[in-house]
Parts: sequence; C-alpha cells; structure tokens
Amino acid sequence: MSLLEVEDLAVHFGGVKAVDGVSFSVREGSVFSIIGPNGAGKSTIFNLISRIYRPTRGSIRFDGRDITRLAAHEVARLGIARTFQNIELFDHSTVLDNLLMGRHVHRRSNFIQDIFFTPKVRREEHIHRTRVEEVITFLELEAYRDKMIAGLPYGVRKVVEIGRALALGPRLILLDEPASGLSVEESREVAFWIEDMRRDMGLTVLMVEHDMSLVAQVSDHVLAVAEGRMLAQGSAAGVQADPDVRAAYLGTEAA
Amino acid sequence: MRAEAISPRRGHDVIQLLIGGIASGCIYGLVALGFVLIYKATEGVNFAQGDMMMLGAFIALGCVNSGYLGLAFLPGVLLAAAVMGGIGYGIDRLVVRRIFGQPQFALVILTIALGFVLRFVAGTIWGYTPLVLETPYAGQAVRIGGVIIGVEDIITILVTAGLTLLLWLFFARTRIGLAAQAASQNQLAAYIVGIPVRRVNSLIWGLSGAVATVAGVLYASKGAIDPNIGLLGIKAFAAAVIGGFGSLPGALLGGILIGVVEPLAARYLPGGFSQMSPYILMLIVLVTRPAGLFSQIQAKKV
Repeated sequence: MSLLEVEDLAVHFGGVKAVDGVSFSVREGSVFSIIGPNGAGKSTIFNLISRIYRPTRGSIRFDGRDITRLAAHEVARLGIARTFQNIELFDHSTVLDNLLMGRHVHRRSNFIQDIFFTPKVRREEHIHRTRVEEVITFLELEAYRDKMIAGLPYGVRKVVEIGRALALGPRLILLDEPASGLSVEESREVAFWIEDMRRDMGLTVLMVEHDMSLVAQVSDHVLAVAEGRMLAQGSAAGVQADPDVRAAYLGTEAA
Repeated sequence: MRAEAISPRRGHDVIQLLIGGIASGCIYGLVALGFVLIYKATEGVNFAQGDMMMLGAFIALGCVNSGYLGLAFLPGVLLAAAVMGGIGYGIDRLVVRRIFGQPQFALVILTIALGFVLRFVAGTIWGYTPLVLETPYAGQAVRIGGVIIGVEDIITILVTAGLTLLLWLFFARTRIGLAAQAASQNQLAAYIVGIPVRRVNSLIWGLSGAVATVAGVLYASKGAIDPNIGLLGIKAFAAAVIGGFGSLPGALLGGILIGVVEPLAARYLPGGFSQMSPYILMLIVLVTRPAGLFSQIQAKKV
C-alpha cells in the first residue's frame, strides 16, 4: 500500500518551472530515493510535501488523506518528519532540547498544568524523555547530549537533525541529502541507520541524495528528475543505466 | 556630634531614593520586557511598546474609574489586561503579519506609525488633559524603621517580581512558551516540528500587550496619565539595550538600573544630568559591552 502519493505536482516561481508535473507513490515501509543534478527540483519537491511551498498544480496524499492545502505546522502532527539540506536546528539550545522540541506535537498538557508541573505533566515529560533517550542511543549521540548546537561539528549537527525528526515518532521521514558533507565512515553509518529505520522502526523513508553508492545500497525505488521533470523510475541500477538520466548528468557536467 | 545625628537620616534618604528608583525602574523594566518579548519571538522591535503601555493604562482607567465602567480595581485591571492582550494579538494578526518577511525597517516604521495611531485614539477617547487612575492605595505610605515608603512603590516592586516569575515559568515550562523560544531561534525548524509560528507570534504580541497594561497601571498609580506618557518607551528601549535585548532578566535589571540612576543623578549631579543619565548609561554599555550587560549569545565563530 502506498503511504505517500504525489500526483502531477508542479510549482512555478514567476516563469521558472521548478517542479513540473511530477508523480510518484511511496510504498509503506520502503526506502524511496530521488536523484538528479543540482537544481533539478529535488529539494523543492520536499518543500512542497512539507508544505513550505504552495503547489501551483497537483495533489499530495498521505495515508489516503489529501494534504495539499494543509499548513506547514500541520503535517508534523500527521507523522511526517524531515531534515534539511542546510541543517535547520535550534542553534542556541542543547542537543537534548532540540530532540525534545521534536516531541512538540505529542505534548497534551495545558498552560496551567505546565506551570505547576502537575503529575500528568511529569508523566508525559517522562515518556518524551524516554523516547528521546532511545533516539540518542540509536544515533550514538550520548557524548553530545548537553552540548550547544552552535559549537558542534557539521557531521554531528547533521545527525542531531535526523534525531529530531525521529523523536517526532513519524511514519514518513524525509531526508534531504543525509550524506552530503560527511566522511566515508559517517555516510556508511547513515546507510546503516536508514536500514534500521526501515527494518526495526517500520518507517517509510523518502530521501534526496547525490551519493549514488548510498542510494544504490538502501533504496527500494529510485526516481530521477531533471529541470523539474521526471526522467526515469525503477530500481537503482535500472535508473542509473537509463540513457536520459546519463544524458542529464553528463549534460550538466559538460555545461 | 552633629554628623552622628544627621547621618542616619541621610542614610534613610538614600534608601528612600533607592526604593523609589527601583519602583520606577520596575516600570521601565516591564516596558522593556515587552520589547524583548516581541524581539525574542519575532526578531522585530515594536516601537509602539510605550504607547501600548499608555493605552493599557487608559483602558484600565476606563474599566476602573467611577466616571466610566466603575469596576472594582483588581477585576478592572485584569479585564483591561485581557482587552489589551486582545488588541496586541489583533495588531499582529491584522497589521504586522502583512509585512511578514519584509526588511526590518518596515516593521520599525510600521510600529512608530502605530504608536502615533494609538496616541491619537487615546486622545480622542479620553482627551489630552491628564487624568488620574483611581487606585485603592493612592497616597498611602508605610513607615519601616524611619524610612517612609509609598504603598504604590511596594506594590510596583512586588507585582513586577511576580510577573517576571510568571513570564519565566511561561518560557521555561509551558508548551507555548517553549514553542515561542523555538520559533525565535529557527522558524523553518519550528514549522517542521509542528509549531504554528504565526499564531505563536500573535500570542506573544498579545502577551506583550497584557504586560504593557500592567506596566501602565503601575505607572498610573504614581501620577496622572495623558496620551503622551508612551514616550517613556524610549527610556525603556534604552533599558532593553542595556540588558542585551535578548534577555528577559536583562531587560528588567536594565530598567531598574536606569530607575535608580535617574534620582541619584538628580540628587548628586548638576541639573539636567538626571534626564540624560539613561542614555549616557546606554552609551557607556554600548561602547564597553556592545552585546549588553546580560547577553547570553556569544559571538558566532566563523
């Protein structure tokens, strides 16, 4: 069954067709990768799904529900989490606080209960903290728990952002270039995490990535886009062998 | 022998001066808190903050004074704070949100204009002659060990302390408070963890309207009010700058510092220094500690 269905999605900025008629569907429990040269519209597709941009045309359905017109803050509640290519964290807070912020949609206590820190709030807080600790253990962030984001190395911040997305307890996680800027060992670790997310946590992963070895290793399904349009879909090997895809990559390199 | 007889009285004098200074400083501090609240949440400066205090004071007067609604003092003030909270929310929802994403100075010009509008509105409703808010504690004073302290000063200090504690709890513990802090650090990240950033911004404007009302009532309990008292906002702005503009306790302490320095300068320095002292203080702080006395944000390493 497909968890996410994107149909004829398009967004135009002035005269620029950043995404133009893209359709795909992501099966529940699978890893789906979007590849393409720079400026192909991959991140734009993410921004459309997470409702930061408003599509000009087309529809997005999540778990059978039309989310095309939802507000940006409403998709988190449905169970869609994401990371950003350029890392968007709460820089003046600790790793722990960033991950706890990922639990925001699960907080049920009201204002008065919060101020008096009632038993109900305490119980809830305990659950959130337990969930966050599980994520910390999973991503091996123990050493950084109480460190400020602003002082952390790039690779660690990248992992913290994945952690915040996991803390939300999502059904679908969007990873925007999870391996970019990482060392070989670090990106190998990312590959393991993605495997675990799918296998142990039952997550569905939608990923934008340039690192073809990572894509080939973890993806069930690959979609290639260029200049906002779809080029090819299928297995990693099949898409990589596609003549249109090769031309798109070589074409941009030649230019 | 004479010196001995005088010195305790002089000591009392200074204590009285200090307490009066702390009390007026609390009012500057509360208005400065309003600046910081909005700055922290939206990274914009609301130059109408002083005028919101003025309007809050007048709405309280409209609720409490016998010539108007004539409610009991405390319910009247709470109603005024709620109304002003609604006005603050509405200002953001209907006016400020329209320029969301515009350069900083758009908001500066907008809020300065807003200040004029609020002054005009208050002048039209309540007139330009000074009015006095009827408080149950007007003109009362207590004597503690030879020091005479006005009840309004004590109430001002206590209310400010209480309100500051409440605001601290709000930001440190509540879901909305944490969301507001998160939104102020990174709006994009706030959206994707499920925070309705714009609504949170409006709530913060509402909160700052309510805080401004409390400041206005405390101000009004020390003397008459007219539509121009909002100019106190400039002094409160200096207080916020001294405190580092991003820190709630900093704003409060900046206000108290100014409040204390003013009467001391009036007493011990040549005439005119008293009025200049808040800004001299601000300049000294800006030159020696550009990030403010209580800034927590370290310089970004590149």
